[in-house]
Amino acid sequence: MQPTFIEILRRALDEELARDPAVHLLGEDVAAGGAFGVTRGLAQKHGSTRVRNTPISEAAITGLATGAALCGLKPVLEIMFIDFATLSMDCLVNQTAKYRFMSGGQLRVPLVVRTQAGAAGGAAAQHSQSLEAWFIHVPGLVVVAPSTPAEAYGLMKSAIRLGEPVLFIEHKRLYTMKEELAEGAELPPIGRARIARAGTDVTVIAYSAMVHSALAAAQTLQEDGVSAEVIDLRTLLPLDMPTIAASVSKTHRALVAHEAVRNGGVGAEIAARIGAELFDELDAPVLRVGCGFAPIPFAPELERALLPGSADIVRAARKIMGLAG
Amino acid sequence: MTEPTLADWQEMYAALWRIRLFEGHVQRLAAAGEIPGFPHLSTGQEAVAVGVCTQLARDDVLFTSHRGHGHVLAKGSDIEATFAEILGRQNGLCGGRGGSMHLVDAANGVLGATGVVAGNLALAAGAAWAAQAQGRTNISVVFFGDGATGAGVFHETLNLAALWRLPLLFICENNGYAEFTSREEHSNVKHVSSFAAPYGIATQTIDGNDLPTVFAAAALAIESLRRGAGPYLLECMTFRMAGHYVGDSQQYRSKEELAEVLEKCPIERLKRYLVERGVNPEELDAIGARTKIEVHQAVERALAGPRPDPATVLEFVYRAPALAAIQG
Repeated sequence: MQPTFIEILRRALDEELARDPAVHLLGEDVAAGGAFGVTRGLAQKHGSTRVRNTPISEAAITGLATGAALCGLKPVLEIMFIDFATLSMDCLVNQTAKYRFMSGGQLRVPLVVRTQAGAAGGAAAQHSQSLEAWFIHVPGLVVVAPSTPAEAYGLMKSAIRLGEPVLFIEHKRLYTMKEELAEGAELPPIGRARIARAGTDVTVIAYSAMVHSALAAAQTLQEDGVSAEVIDLRTLLPLDMPTIAASVSKTHRALVAHEAVRNGGVGAEIAARIGAELFDELDAPVLRVGCGFAPIPFAPELERALLPGSADIVRAARKIMGLAG
Repeated sequence: MTEPTLADWQEMYAALWRIRLFEGHVQRLAAAGEIPGFPHLSTGQEAVAVGVCTQLARDDVLFTSHRGHGHVLAKGSDIEATFAEILGRQNGLCGGRGGSMHLVDAANGVLGATGVVAGNLALAAGAAWAAQAQGRTNISVVFFGDGATGAGVFHETLNLAALWRLPLLFICENNGYAEFTSREEHSNVKHVSSFAAPYGIATQTIDGNDLPTVFAAAALAIESLRRGAGPYLLECMTFRMAGHYVGDSQQYRSKEELAEVLEKCPIERLKRYLVERGVNPEELDAIGARTKIEVHQAVERALAGPRPDPATVLEFVYRAPALAAIQG
């Protein structure tokens, strides 16, 4: 039976705990398995000092993890919902991200902050957000957002071993996704995107759960005779512009799709960079697909009405291609 | 640590002067426009820095606040490199990337000052946790002002440190002011030590301008930490002789209050203490004079240091070469 995203991620954490005694997991309820069960059983296996519950004190536990990282540990801190990372912001932005720079390279922060984001049905306005854009604005942070269980496995291991502060954003809608893990596969490097589907006519740049909407859209577009290439960014900061440039130089058309709102989003950054660096390659403006500009509503009909999906990507791609409707 | 000898006291007398004179040069050069930004002076609070830091081992780690020059010097960091950092020079501790509010001297256990009030508390708890988790015996010390008690993370960190019995020494320098606002105006809680009791943290409020008092209280606290008795909060009542920052006209303080300077001066007080114990005052004056030359020469060397190369401005953001290559 194929393992789920949660099970594969747990395996990655389990293996890293076993491999490196400096790795420690901490966060609210992590010893009890965590809100979504990602860390279930790990405290029993690795001991309650390696997998440790904390009080509901996001500001303090983010500082705690950062201070420990300065002193030889490799903490993996869980912030239960990205919505609560607002309470970690001072430390992440003012301390964690800047420590290496402000100390002139004397210190570094090998820290992974695991969090989950996105809408998945009725979690409403304070448990559904996609706030990744706030973090890509901060020099010194690394932001990773995996799209599949196997990707999450490899990227988590790479993130723990990287030696930089990494915000690792899991999408709650992906948690039940199942996938076979290829044994012994090479770990994906942080900072490198992947081509999720090759194509020739339009580049669709996505990450996290939106990669699946992009792949579904590519299937639909193929029936219209449009060949879409789908890039799974994997790392949002720093951005893998060489991979984007290679694709856009081939297709000459691009759109960026994410679940976050368009205003000031990752898509805005990518569109600006494509415009500035690849203007001569473009046959059409770069379009963005994103969430309507409103908080995530509670009622299922309203949530569905707001969230972007594959139909929005198809529509945007057709527009770029100059096709009707 | 055993009872200090007369020679130890004289060393500490020199350490007080070192900070006083260092801050004098900071004030002078900031006013002359040689120092970028807005440095915060610890003038008047030297006894806390010296009384605590003298007793720390090199591998005990120190986190300090925006008013941290004195702690860094008292921990034994190089005067020239510390001053050069405040000047923003390449020969500074952090190559001019940090400055007055972000001094780091990792090899000496100085893991950082912070410009965000209360921002260092949880970091220090993390360092203490790392020591505990790795079975090391070193302790973590964090300096903060009474203004930090207004921040939620102060209370979060007290709870966490007590809960995990972390080897963390909280040193509050209560100088009666949160920037321009007096303690009475920003809290109903008169003493910061009152916050320790609910969490079961050992605490004392002491006269922070009397070096022998600070030394004895810190010795007790450090000994308790090394025994594994959990965190300790030492509240040192002290007196900020200077303004909040260089250039602060301090119109919010009365003439009477500022006139207490000499009476509260920790250097004068230690001098009286030592003279009463038979030390020749001329000997102490000679220590002051020697320290004056030592600091002056270090400041001159710092000033002669190179300015950072603008071409290196993007260094130190990421270490991993693959990331540094695409960081833009």
